[in-house]
Amino acid sequence: MSKAAIEVKNIGKTYMVVHTFEQYQTLRDSLGRILRNPFRALWKYMRHAVIPNEEEHFWALRDVSFSVERGEILGIIGANGAGKSTLLKILNRITPPSEGEAILRGSVSSLLEVGTGFHPELTGRENVFFSGAIMGMRRQEIIRKFDDIVAFADIGRFLDTPVKRYSSGMQVRLAFSVAAHMEPDILLVDEVLAVGDASFQRRCLEKIREVSTHNKRTILFVSHNLAAVSALCNRCMYLKGGRVHMIGSTAEVVAAYLDNQSNNHSSATLSFPRHTSSKPSFRLIEVSNNAGVVTNEIDAGHPFSITVEYEATTTNAPCWVAMTCAHEDGTTIYTSADVDKYSNSELLTQRKAGIYRSTFTFPASFSLSLNEGSYQIRFRLTHDPTTDTALTIHIKNDARRFNIYPGVLLVGGSWSTQYLGVE
Amino acid sequence: MQTTVIRPRYTVLLRDLRELWEYHELLYFFIWKELKIRYKQTAIGVVWAIFQPFVTMVVFSVFFGALVGVPSDGVPYPIFVYAGLLYWQFFSSSLSQVSNSLVGNQALLTKVYFPRLLLPISAVAINLVDFFVASIILIGMMVYYRFIPLAVGILTFPLLLLLTFSFAVGTGLLLAAVNVKYRDVKYVLPFFIQILMFLTPVIYPPSILGKYSWLLALNPLTGIIKVARSTLFGTPPINWMLLLFSGIVTLAMLLIGVWYFKKTERTFADLI
Repeated sequence: MSKAAIEVKNIGKTYMVVHTFEQYQTLRDSLGRILRNPFRALWKYMRHAVIPNEEEHFWALRDVSFSVERGEILGIIGANGAGKSTLLKILNRITPPSEGEAILRGSVSSLLEVGTGFHPELTGRENVFFSGAIMGMRRQEIIRKFDDIVAFADIGRFLDTPVKRYSSGMQVRLAFSVAAHMEPDILLVDEVLAVGDASFQRRCLEKIREVSTHNKRTILFVSHNLAAVSALCNRCMYLKGGRVHMIGSTAEVVAAYLDNQSNNHSSATLSFPRHTSSKPSFRLIEVSNNAGVVTNEIDAGHPFSITVEYEATTTNAPCWVAMTCAHEDGTTIYTSADVDKYSNSELLTQRKAGIYRSTFTFPASFSLSLNEGSYQIRFRLTHDPTTDTALTIHIKNDARRFNIYPGVLLVGGSWSTQYLGVE
Repeated sequence: MQTTVIRPRYTVLLRDLRELWEYHELLYFFIWKELKIRYKQTAIGVVWAIFQPFVTMVVFSVFFGALVGVPSDGVPYPIFVYAGLLYWQFFSSSLSQVSNSLVGNQALLTKVYFPRLLLPISAVAINLVDFFVASIILIGMMVYYRFIPLAVGILTFPLLLLLTFSFAVGTGLLLAAVNVKYRDVKYVLPFFIQILMFLTPVIYPPSILGKYSWLLALNPLTGIIKVARSTLFGTPPINWMLLLFSGIVTLAMLLIGVWYFKKTERTFADLI
């Protein structure tokens, strides 16, 4: 049993980049093309078969090799589009690799999204069974663990209520609870901790850690949440542009990742390709200083604004922007959403489909500001981890308006000191 | 310990069959879930399974049986058409549900691994329940019209059901796999099913086509429905050759369906 639990050798995944004029693939178009000019269609087909045209391919992942020992938790970090999720999808057999080979020794389960297989019409009890089964649990196993699952989710008397009447927090708790009680040899986890409240997230982290140390489970853990990665993993892999950029101890890899991110000065603006998906998507994210100039270098003590443009695709469906700001060491500084109760709660329920622009202003002043340093601001639309994106801002103190002390905040609050005499 | 090897290409049918067996519990869960949610928030629930073929039978009996006077091989038209409708509706609703089984479960296909064949198979299996529920009406009608089925019907009934099941799965698998890439299937299918109904001897006996009735035999449902009527109404001879031919066409369709499905299933998540 000394063989590694996961061995990945030169895995690559290529997607065809579809040209815009061929974007709408319908049977009629395909047939039409063939009928209009059968010889050209045949020629094209044969040429494709003989010499695959490199330019039309996009390598989402290339030459990825690593191995994970039994009982190890390997963290995987990287910017959006670095191939993290693609890698997990390949290992989970959802999509095939284009080249290379992966060997997984032991049973595999995945936590790609909390609530996989949940059906809103089914009751909590029924959903526990169905989603447990779909994630690979046996019926007997579910029956055996049922009480633990319900206790961990803490949904009590709502067990026989359809899940559609649950709050989103309850749904997430129940879904994670089912997932946390699986006992695979290998567990693939992708961004599931970004949901739920802080105390529940902490319990989830503990549960994952417990599972790995006590039961010798192997875990691949993908996350944008560097604090969670640092807390859980000893070893970490940094993917960049579909390749393994670095693999080693978590502290070193996380440091390299942050360093790389903060060197990227162009990241005051993130723009997104036009999506055809039916899910809400980001269009533009921009940071600007209080003079309205787009920049990610902010003077300490001055407010700055973050503008988010996004598209809601369904009328009257929930859609919101969640923003989390984290210090470079991983500590979360604040979390905010554009539908927060004190601002636009009506957007949560009465939203029309279309494009929105939301601007968040960070209220820095000379009495309270973020300290010098780099901060990662992460964005997510609604509950959809596939929309996750992040940019980095740098707080500068070039004007020397503050004395620089350690800490996340610069506090300019005034001291008042009274002389009380001698005793 | 179970070892999974992931490579760019593979086609090992035998291993897939074993895997399918390992996942039989999940198949049961898929069927269970569908049945649970199917009639949630409906007032009459499972009675819908009877309602649809029953009303269709009444309408057809009035228009085709009484007004137009379509022949029915000497059997009262209502029971003649109901026997045909029973198999036809099992086939047609299975076919349309199988064709949508992949696209309709997009969330599962892109998030979790399981043998993809489970989705279409469970979609047909659910319709089996409707078939049995709707059969109650047929039994009632047989008592009313005093028909005694042939003893050999006990043997042919499971066979007919298996053939209809396999034909629906075979055709459905092909359409389901194509549907992943070309959503045209969604628009073509209702139309296709409607036409196919007229090419199936549901509302008329194959004999009305005279010397061209052999053309109908290309449709496996012809053999199935014809044999079903012969055994139910006790009107031999049973056309065994026709049934054998139905079996061959069904098997061919099933093989084509499974082959195409297996060939394309690994890319479903990328295309859907």
